[in-house]
Amino acid sequence: MISILRSIWLTFLHIFHKRETVEYPEVKPYLAPRYRGRIVLTRDPDRNERCVACYLCAAVCPVDCISLQAATGEKGRRHPEFFRINFSRCIFCGFCEEACPTNAIQLIPDFEMGEYIRQNLVYEKEHLLISGEGKYHGYNFYKHAGVAMGVKGKGEGDTEYKPVDVKDLMP
Amino acid sequence: MEMKVVNIRIDGKPYEAHEGKSLLDTALSLGLYIPHFCYHPALGSVGACRLCAVKKFRDTNDTRGRIVMSCMEPVVDGLIVSINDPDAKAFRAAVIESLMTNHPHDCPVCDEGGECHLQDMTVMSGHNYRRFDFRKRTHNDQYLGPFISHEMNRCIQCYRCVRFYRDYAGGRDFNVFATHNNVFFGRHEDGTLQNEFSGNLVEVCPTGVFTDKTFREHYTRKWDLSNAPSVCVHCSVGCNIIAGERYDTLRRIMNRYNGAVNGYFICDRGRFGYEFVNGKDRILSPRTRDSRDLEQAEMPADQVFTALEPLFSKDRKIMGIGSPRASLESNYALLRLVGEENFFHGISGKEQSLTRAALQFMQNSGIVVPSLKQVEKADAVIILGEDLTNTAPMMALAVRQAARNIQITEALAKGIPFWNDLPVRELAQDRKSPVYIATPVKDSLDDVAERSFRGTPAGISKLGFNISSVIKRQAIVPGDNDDEIRNLAEQIARTLLKAENPLVIAGITCLDGNVLNAGMSIASSLLSLNKKVMFIPVLPESNSMGLALMPGKSLDDAADTLSVQGTDTLIILENDLFRRADEDTVANMFGKSGRVVVLDYLNNPTARAADILLPATAFAESQGTIVNNEGRAQRYYKVLAAGEGIKESWQWLNQVSGIRSDNVPVSPGHFDDIVASMVTALPVFSAIKEYIPDADFRMLNAKVPRQTFRYSGRTAMNAHRAVSEKRVRQDPDSPLAFSMEGRRESPPSSLVPFYWTPGWNSVQAFYNYIDHPNGSMKGGDPGIRLIRQAERVNSGSFEMITGYFESEGDGWLIVPLYRVFGSEELSSAASSLRQLVDDPAILVNRRDAERLNVDDGDSVRLETSGKRLVVKVKIENSLVSGVAGLTVNLPGMNFVDLPASGEILKI
Amino acid sequence: MNYLWIILGVIFIALSIAAGLIWVERRLLSVWQDRLGPNRVGPFGLAQVIADTLKLFFKEDWVPPFSDKVVFTIAPGILMVTILLTFAVIPFGPEFCVFDSNIGVLFFLGNSSLGVYSIVLGGWASNNKYSLIGAMRASAQMLTYEVFMGLSLMGVVMMADTFSFSEIVEAQRGGWFILPQFLGFVVFFIAGIAETHRLPFDIPEAEGELIAGYHSEYSGMKFGMFFVGEYLGITLISAIIATMFFGGWLGPSFLPPVFWFLLKTFIFIGVFILLRASLPRPRYDQLMKLGWKLLFPIALLNLLVTGAILIFL
Repeated sequence: MISILRSIWLTFLHIFHKRETVEYPEVKPYLAPRYRGRIVLTRDPDRNERCVACYLCAAVCPVDCISLQAATGEKGRRHPEFFRINFSRCIFCGFCEEACPTNAIQLIPDFEMGEYIRQNLVYEKEHLLISGEGKYHGYNFYKHAGVAMGVKGKGEGDTEYKPVDVKDLMP
Repeated sequence: MEMKVVNIRIDGKPYEAHEGKSLLDTALSLGLYIPHFCYHPALGSVGACRLCAVKKFRDTNDTRGRIVMSCMEPVVDGLIVSINDPDAKAFRAAVIESLMTNHPHDCPVCDEGGECHLQDMTVMSGHNYRRFDFRKRTHNDQYLGPFISHEMNRCIQCYRCVRFYRDYAGGRDFNVFATHNNVFFGRHEDGTLQNEFSGNLVEVCPTGVFTDKTFREHYTRKWDLSNAPSVCVHCSVGCNIIAGERYDTLRRIMNRYNGAVNGYFICDRGRFGYEFVNGKDRILSPRTRDSRDLEQAEMPADQVFTALEPLFSKDRKIMGIGSPRASLESNYALLRLVGEENFFHGISGKEQSLTRAALQFMQNSGIVVPSLKQVEKADAVIILGEDLTNTAPMMALAVRQAARNIQITEALAKGIPFWNDLPVRELAQDRKSPVYIATPVKDSLDDVAERSFRGTPAGISKLGFNISSVIKRQAIVPGDNDDEIRNLAEQIARTLLKAENPLVIAGITCLDGNVLNAGMSIASSLLSLNKKVMFIPVLPESNSMGLALMPGKSLDDAADTLSVQGTDTLIILENDLFRRADEDTVANMFGKSGRVVVLDYLNNPTARAADILLPATAFAESQGTIVNNEGRAQRYYKVLAAGEGIKESWQWLNQVSGIRSDNVPVSPGHFDDIVASMVTALPVFSAIKEYIPDADFRMLNAKVPRQTFRYSGRTAMNAHRAVSEKRVRQDPDSPLAFSMEGRRESPPSSLVPFYWTPGWNSVQAFYNYIDHPNGSMKGGDPGIRLIRQAERVNSGSFEMITGYFESEGDGWLIVPLYRVFGSEELSSAASSLRQLVDDPAILVNRRDAERLNVDDGDSVRLETSGKRLVVKVKIENSLVSGVAGLTVNLPGMNFVDLPASGEILKI
Repeated sequence: MNYLWIILGVIFIALSIAAGLIWVERRLLSVWQDRLGPNRVGPFGLAQVIADTLKLFFKEDWVPPFSDKVVFTIAPGILMVTILLTFAVIPFGPEFCVFDSNIGVLFFLGNSSLGVYSIVLGGWASNNKYSLIGAMRASAQMLTYEVFMGLSLMGVVMMADTFSFSEIVEAQRGGWFILPQFLGFVVFFIAGIAETHRLPFDIPEAEGELIAGYHSEYSGMKFGMFFVGEYLGITLISAIIATMFFGGWLGPSFLPPVFWFLLKTFIFIGVFILLRASLPRPRYDQLMKLGWKLLFPIALLNLLVTGAILIFL
C-alpha cells in the first residue's frame, strides 16, 4: 500500500526532472562510430574492392535483403559482379558486418536515407562502394589467404613457406 | 553377402549390427555420426586420417579402454565402444587441429565453402582456435583441364582422390607425389585429366582442392541454389542428378544417390554437359517463315496459335516424328495429337529394330536385367561390340568394379573384411574377375579385361555365336573360324559356365544386328542351362527404351511414307533429323511436307529448317519421365523457370491438340493429366502412375521445398526490377515447391532435391538419406522398372546372318566410333565440354595407313554409299586391318550411315 | 432555447475534453517519463488532436468478414451513448445541468452498468479468441466493481439525503464530503478506475497478453468510438468524484462555478494519468481478490458507520 503510494509520488516527482528527448533534426545526436546505419562496401589499402563475394552476408541476413553474384576477375580475383541491398527491407542488424571475413561490408553512422519512392531504396554496388577503408584500416584479405589472386603469389604470405618443389627428394 | 546380426553397445546403448561390417559404416547407418575423412563408402577404409577414433572396451569391466579407428574395426558380437568418450573426443580434436595446421585461410574465396566436409568435421570435432604459430606449407597448382580447378594448399592428405581416380575409376594420369608434409596430389605435368570420371573428384575431395571449374564461372554457394531432383539425359544409363539453379540459370549438376543406378558417382559428360541449358544456342522465342527461301523471323507469342490453327485443322494430314531424347509425356502428347498411324519414332529403322529386339528379349526370355548395382556384382562379364566408356560411361565404371569381385571373394576367404581396402588389393594383386571385351577398337576397360578381342562386327558376332555354341555343346558355327576365335570362345564359355553371376552386355550402338543377336544368343544359351544370367543392352539415347515401349514406326518409314503420299503438316519433336539420316533424305522429307513445325530448345539444323519453330524447354526447365536401358522409368523435375513464351513440349502439343476438332486436349492439362491419359492409352507405363508421386503429394500438408532453409537474397534478387515482391513461382505439375517452406526431412527418395543434415553441409550428408552406406535410398531407390523378369524361361534361338558387312576385297569396312565428349548432341553444346571434343577423324591402323600412304593428321576423302566426306586420319593400331573407325556425330560432321563399306582415298 | 444551449454546451465540453485528452494524456505521460511527448503539430503539439482524429476518420473502416456484423457495428455506439447520457445529470454549475434529476446518482449507476454491454458485445461479435477473453474479463471486472461502486456512494447520499447531484453539491456548502466520506472516496476511486478499465486495471485489453482485448478487431472510427468512450469515461468518473466528494462547482466566487467544477475534474483526470504512468497491471485474480475481499467489506463498513453516525448522533 505504502509502496504503491510511494511509486505514484516518485513518478509524480519526474515532473521536475530533465527531459531526455533530443529534438532531432534541430539537434543532431552524437552517433558512435559503431552505430549501425547505412551499409557501405569498402576498399582495401591498395584501393581494390575488399568484397570477395563469399555470400556470407547474404546468408546471415535475417530479412534476405542482400543479393550478389560472384565473378572472377583478372588473375582469378573474386569480386561481386553485382551487389544489391534492398534497404526497404534492411533492419540494420549489422549481422552482415559481423559475418564479413574481409571487413568489406560495414555499417556507418549515416542513417538519413529516407526516400519518397521505394524503388530508390534498392542500392546497387555503385551506390554502396566507397573509395576508402571505412572503420577498419590496413586489412587486405588476399595477403592472408592461401590463394594466389594477383595480390601475392603462392607461398609469399608472411605465414607461408615457399611452395614445395614436388620433384625434390630431400626429406 | 549374408551377414549375421549381432548385438553391440555404443555409448552404453545396445544396438543391432551386421557382423563383419566396419564399425564406422555401422555407426553411420545407425545415424551416429563419427567424424571421418579418408573413409568413403565406395572406396572402403584405409585408416589413414585417424579422425574416426573411438574408444573400445574389452568387456563391461574394462573402464579404461583403448582408442581404435572405427573405420578399421570390424563389428563382432558384444563389441563395446564409446564415440563420446572424452579421450576419443580429445584425440579427434587433436587430429583435426594438426590437419588444419597447413590449411589456408581461404574459405571466403573457396568454392567448397559451405559444403565442405573439412568445415563440417572441424566444427564437429570442436576445433575452433588456431594454436599453431608457425608457417603453412604451400604448393603450386596445376592446370587440370576445363572441368577441374586445382588448389593444393587446401589439401589435408586424406588420399581419397588417388584412391578414387586410380583404384576406383582406373585413371592413370593422376597420382600422389613427394613425401611427408610435402605430399602432392596431381598429374606429372599440367594437362587435362584423362579419366571420364574426373568430375567426381569435386565430390570425393573432402575440401576445396578439386572444385568444379564450370561452376566457378557462375559461382553460387550451395545454400543459395534452388535444387530439383533430375535425371541425366546424356546417355541411356539414366544417372540420378541434382540440378541447381540461381538467378534463372542452371548452375551445376551434382550426383544424386541412387543405390540401384549410379551410386555416388556420375561421369563428366553428365556433370559438365549441363552448360547447353544456359548456352547461346538456345531457342528463346517462336520463329516462323512464310516460305522456304526466307529466313526465319521472330513471331509474337500471341500469334503462335493463329499461325498453327490452319496447319492442324481437321482436314489437314499431319505426321509427327518423336524423339529418343524427349520425355515419355512429350512423345505421348505427340502420339495423341497425330494418332498412332502417323507417329514415327525419329530413329533409323536399324536402330529401332535393334532396340525393339533387345527389348523383346528383356521382356520375354526370363533373363535378369541387371541394374548398374547388379552389374557391379557380376563375377564374369562379356561385352560385345560396345565401347562402354564412350557410350555409357557409368556402366564402364560398374564393370570396372565387377572386375574386383574376385579380390573381395579371396579376401573374405582369408578372413580379411571386404571393406579393408588396402589388404584386399594387396592380397589379390593383379587378379581380376573375368571380363571379356570384344570391340572393334581398343577400350579403356582393356586394363581390367582378362582378354580383349579386336575384330569387325562380323568377327565379334562370330565369337559370340561360337561362345553360345560351346555353351550349348553344339557344333562351332561353320565358316572361316580361325583358331583364335575358337580357343577364345571356349575359354569364355568355360568362364561363363563357371560363374555364378554372369553378365552379357551387348550394345546396339555399333548398329550391327549380329552383334546384338550374338549377345542374346549367349545369354539365352546360358539361360537354357538354367543358369542365372544377366543381360543388359546399351542404347543410344536417354529415352531410347521409353520410345521403344511406345507404338510407332521408324524414321525410314516416315521418309518412305512421305515420298509416297506427302503430308500437309510435319511436326518434329526435339529431334535433329540431320543426325539420323543423310541430308538428301531429310531435305526430301521436308520437301514433301507442306509445313514443318519443330519443337526444340537447341538451334540445330532441323530447327533452322523449320517453317514454324516453337521454343521448348531443356531438361532443367521441364518435368518428364524417361526410361533407361534397364527399363527403369525415372522422373526429372523443373529447377529453372523457362523464359517468356517457352513451354514444355507436352504443353505445346496438348494445346495444339485442341485445334483438331476430333481431338480434345487432355484437361485441365497438368502434367499428371497427361500421365493419366498416357497410362490409359499405353498400359505398359501404368507403373509410372502407381509408383512415382504425383503433384498432389504432400508431406504434412506441404510440398517438398526446392530451396535450402538458408536460401538468401529472397527480397533483393528481383528488387532491381521492382521493389515490391512478387508471389513465388507456383508449380502445379509437381510435388516440389519453388520455396524455402515445407518439410525437408526424408522426402520420398525420388523427390530428394538436395542433401543436407544438421552439421553435414557437404555432399557427405547423403548418409541421412540412405539406408546404410552403399545400400538403397531410404524408402527404396528412385524409379520404377517397367520391364519385369518373365516368369517362364523362353530362351529362343538366334541365328547369325552371314555375309553381313564383311570387308570385301579392297573396300574398307567403316565402323562407328563414339566419343564420350562430342558424340552426344546436347552435351556437345556445353562450352567447357566442347573444349575436349576431338576433331572428326577416321581411325586406321599403322599398316593400313602405310598402305594408304598417309600419316597421323593427314586429310583423306571417305566415300561410302555415294557420300563423300573429308576427315583427318588418326593412327589407331588396335583396329584390325581393313577396318576404319569413323567418329560419330561429332559437332560439324555430316551423317554417315554406319557401319558401311567404303573407300578411303588420299588427297 | 436556453435548454438547447445547455445540451450543446455539455456535449461540446464532454467531447472536447475527451478529444483533448488524447493530447493531454500523451503529454502528461511524457512529463512523468522524462520525455517531451507530441510537440510537433501546431503550438505545443495541440493540433495532434486534429491530426489523430482526421487519421481515425480516414482509416479503412474494416469489418472482419468472420464477425457478427450488426452487433460489431452497434457495440462501440452503446458505450458512447451510455456515457454521454450520464453527462446529462452532472451539474457543471448552478443551473448548468441538462436534466437535474432527483435520482441522478442512480441514473449514473444504471448507465455505467449498461456500458458493459458495449464491451461484451464488441468482444463477442469480433469472433476472435483474444477479443472474447477480453470481453469476458471486462464483464466480470465491471460487474464486480459496480457492486461496491454503488455502495461507496451511498454514504454521501445518506449524508446529503438526496440522489440529486445538484442537491449533493449544495449539501457540501458546509464542508466537502471527502472528509467524512474518505473511505467512500477511496473505494469509489478505485472502483472508478476498474469501471473505466483504465490502467492499472486495463485487464480486458492487456496488450501484453490479449493484443488489444475486446477491441482487437476494431479499426477506423469504430475503434475511435471505443477510444473516445474511454476518455469520456475518465472524464465522467472524475466529474462524479468532484461532484460527490469535492463540492462540485462550489468554490470562491471570483471565478465562475463552471471553472471550479472543471478544475476539480481536471485534477482527477491528471491523477488517472499519473496512475497509468506509475503502477503496473495486477493479475486478473488479484484484481478480483482486491474487489471482493477488501473493497467490498470496506464499502459495507463505511455504509454501516455512516448510517450509525447519522442515526445515533
